Amino acid sequence: MNKLLVIAATLGLLSTANVAVQASPQQDLKEFRAYFADRFPDVPFKDYINGVYAIDQASREQWESIEEFPPYELNIDKGKKLFNTPFKNGKTYASCFRNGGIGIKQDFPYYDSATGKVVTLESAINDCRTKNGEKPLKWKKGAIADISAYMAYTSRGNKIHVVVPAEEGAQAAYERGKAHFYAKRGQLNMSCADCHQWNAGNRIRADLLSPALGHTSHFPVYRSKWGGLGTLHRRYGGCNKQVRAKPYKAQSDEYKALEYFHTYMSNDLVLNGPGARK
Amino acid sequence: MRTHPGILKTAGSALALAGSLALLSVPGLSLAADTSVVDQGKAIAFDRKKGNCLACHQIEGGKLAGNIGPPLVAMQARYPDKAKLRAQIWDATRANSNTIMPPFGRQQILSESDIDKIVEFIYTL
Ligand code: HEC
Ligand code: HEC
Repeated sequence: MNKLLVIAATLGLLSTANVAVQASPQQDLKEFRAYFADRFPDVPFKDYINGVYAIDQASREQWESIEEFPPYELNIDKGKKLFNTPFKNGKTYASCFRNGGIGIKQDFPYYDSATGKVVTLESAINDCRTKNGEKPLKWKKGAIADISAYMAYTSRGNKIHVVVPAEEGAQAAYERGKAHFYAKRGQLNMSCADCHQWNAGNRIRADLLSPALGHTSHFPVYRSKWGGLGTLHRRYGGCNKQVRAKPYKAQSDEYKALEYFHTYMSNDLVLNGPGARK
Repeated sequence: MRTHPGILKTAGSALALAGSLALLSVPGLSLAADTSVVDQGKAIAFDRKKGNCLACHQIEGGKLAGNIGPPLVAMQARYPDKAKLRAQIWDATRANSNTIMPPFGRQQILSESDIDKIVEFIYTL
């Protein structure tokens, strides 16, 4: 679909939300939160980090008992070890990040004006490797998810703080992510918002649909269905495939933009990754 | 199909009668009461890889249905015009451009004949 059409489709979808002129990210954020506050008046804002369990008492208790012996514990240990193991040149991941990479996940993704790109935590991990003469890791699971899980773990409790500066490239990336979120796609013609906004709390077959607010707080996530840990972009691919749309590549500009919008929408919620889901 | 009393019982006996009169060999027959078409329609509607209507609609005889769309009941009363019912399934976005219901015909998720069969099934609800 060409860009104009995507934008037109997005505006069409949003017409009820009354966007004559393009809304600012701050305005979007306000409306997004208000939408969910209205839809789930009994759910406190801070609870949205728990995904579907924030709105479903029945499955919540089962999940809480899983979290007592978390299936991702081993991954955090592996990630920590990898994180602290020096590259061949003697440097470590710590050298690539502010504060030695500890407790910083809340700032991701961010827009890098120098390269004109959105930087996700995973892309920064692989950039660090290539900069130090190492081969990049595969994007969706395995070592990269372990390292990301460890870094997420050290950031638990920090408030998500994604910034969309006024500069053109940042705004464009944000708008691209927003368009992806609201555009109908795939043979089944459904948008992310169809399931995770307009129908959050409803059941699709036996699955309760989680609200998009808080979606990104606990990634990477251990999924029973995967039998392991996976990154946010792995999930994006899965949700694109469900509607029979061709998924984009993990860490493509498209998914980075989606992550930028999607995470911005969860600003001020605390990180609680890695998490466990079914 | 035993789960649908009333209508189908009469449909069944009508068919038995039709069968004995050898009416069923007419090609392209679209008899509303043709149980085999209704059965096929039900199978297509319930098949996760085909209609998967249960993802969103409660339908009698179907388990673990979703609740995104309204339960499909009393369809004849709500759609006196069968063509309107077919149009809703063929492309739900005509009536509501923002609907989550997939446009089964327009996007060729189902074939025309699959849709015809689903319509026959849905019409018995
Ligand atoms: C056909 C419905 C459907 C569509 C469309 C859809 N999803 Fe999902 N998604 C689900 C279901 C079902 C789950 C698993 C239950 C849950 O957590 O909502 C899920 C889970 C997720 C999760 C994990 C939530 C968690 O707490 O771990 C994320 C993130 C997500 N979806 C994002 C998206 C994005 C982004 C899009 C659009 C690119 C999208 N989804 C489109 C049905 C859908
Ligand atoms: C992903 C969700 C979804 C799926 C799958 C789906 N529907 Fe729907 N359907 C809806 C929603 C939501 C509505 C409410 C009308 C609207 O959204 O415009 C609806 C409305 C309808 C209506 C109109 C009901 C009325 O009371 O007027 C019929 C008939 C219908 N669907 C039949 C079907 C059939 C048959 C299938 C499968 C072949 C199907 N639907 C699959 C979501 C769905």
